[in-house]
Amino acid sequence: MNRFYTVLQTSWDWRAAVNFMFGGTGSALILIIAIASLPGTPALPAGITALVLVGLGLFTVWLEIGRPMRFLHVFFHPQTSWMTREASVALLLFPVTLIGLLYRNPAIVIAAGLLGLVFLYCQARILLASKGIPSWREPAIVALIISTGLVEGSAVFILYLLLSGSSMQTAMLVLLPVLLVIRALSWNSYRQRLIAGQAPQQTLSILRDIHATTLWAGNITPAVLAAIALLIPVAGPPAGAVAALLALFSGWHMKFTIITRASQQQGYSVGKLKRGRPQIKPPVRRKPDRFVF
Amino acid sequence: MTRYVMVADLNRCVGCQTCTVACKHTNGTPPGVQWRKVIDVEWGEYPDVERLFMPVGCQHCADPPCMHVCPSTATGQREDGIVTIDYDLCIGCSYCVVACPYQARYKVDNPVFAYGDTPMESEAARFDEKRIGVAQKCTFCADRVDAGLAKGLRPGIDPDATPGCVNACIADALSFGDIEDENSNVSELLAENTWFQMHAELGTETGFYYLWDQEPSGDTDDE
Repeated sequence: MNRFYTVLQTSWDWRAAVNFMFGGTGSALILIIAIASLPGTPALPAGITALVLVGLGLFTVWLEIGRPMRFLHVFFHPQTSWMTREASVALLLFPVTLIGLLYRNPAIVIAAGLLGLVFLYCQARILLASKGIPSWREPAIVALIISTGLVEGSAVFILYLLLSGSSMQTAMLVLLPVLLVIRALSWNSYRQRLIAGQAPQQTLSILRDIHATTLWAGNITPAVLAAIALLIPVAGPPAGAVAALLALFSGWHMKFTIITRASQQQGYSVGKLKRGRPQIKPPVRRKPDRFVF
Repeated sequence: MTRYVMVADLNRCVGCQTCTVACKHTNGTPPGVQWRKVIDVEWGEYPDVERLFMPVGCQHCADPPCMHVCPSTATGQREDGIVTIDYDLCIGCSYCVVACPYQARYKVDNPVFAYGDTPMESEAARFDEKRIGVAQKCTFCADRVDAGLAKGLRPGIDPDATPGCVNACIADALSFGDIEDENSNVSELLAENTWFQMHAELGTETGFYYLWDQEPSGDTDDE
């Protein structure tokens, strides 16, 4: 591969990773509990847990910015910035969720769940727009981030049900393995496309190192345990708990790795030679700014 | 209209880093920050080895990823194509740093000086608190360009209207000018030579062209 100086990015460290870990889990949890509670509304602690997770993620990323007191500037560029869109959705997510929970209004809770899904999508698009990092700009990362967020949200909800003494919901034990299969497929697709796209060797090596753990401990084992919990009622709570914990922590581990370790920069290269005066593309700012998705 | 671009002739560049030093001198950048630098590239296996020196920095893309991702609108673009950063708007989120495919952006969270915590007289005189905690990068010496234009000078021709790195180059490897002017120095260089834009496949349409005469090797070292 004609590429050199592909060093690891260090601009986004564990603080950014935590935003993707907790934010992804929390936002998906809102969606999961909203749907799982229909036709009613979720218990307040479950909703608060989701908001705390999202809030913690945003707090840690706030710790990373160089000028934290200017945080309101993050809302200035909704036309093209997925970071602005993520922050804007978060601004709506908190009050809508709280209002839905406090007033026990299923329609508002569902709206909050949809906002959670949009928040999760924004996180995926934030990575996709990072053109300097080949492992982030790979289009398959969108499905991976969304599917892993949904898995994590489901896992936390199962843990919540177990800890709160609620009965395990059959639907959740069916949903979790389905989502795990989707996540495993997304993970495989993501890796294969990175390999085909000639991502930096160091990136591929790090992803290869976590592949077996992610696939077997993070997806296949919890899927099997969830199936056991479903089929053997007496084994339900412990099997469900282990399945949820494995699904949750493997997702966090994968995202932490992608953000902080498998994030080698594009590097420099010698391009394909051309001859003659180039066709000139005018600067995009000569046109009025418009919304681009 | 005008679009300023830079042309680096890799056949001429000797890797002396004079442009790097000139940039640091002109822009007062702290240790570890190099808006302009020259990378030393070797590839192949003995005895078939190649080496080139490649000046790198902000490529002032026509379609800059850094500007699109910036949540604060701090990163902007002038009509003449120069990509800018408004230090008063930037929140220092580093999104532009990871969005830039050219590793051109820096963020310095605390003042850094060449010899510990105490700045030299020259460092103290040029220290700019506005640059702390925000993104920074090559500006194509936009202040010099603007000041030169105000005096009726021609960027790329008259030194007082030309980026410091171009003025300093000992091998005449760096050129600066208006690519939308068919008769400009940079237009003529590109018309008469083979050239490439780095990572053209990303569609950024860089404002930085490299003159070079060898097709990219398939076995260049990756890391």
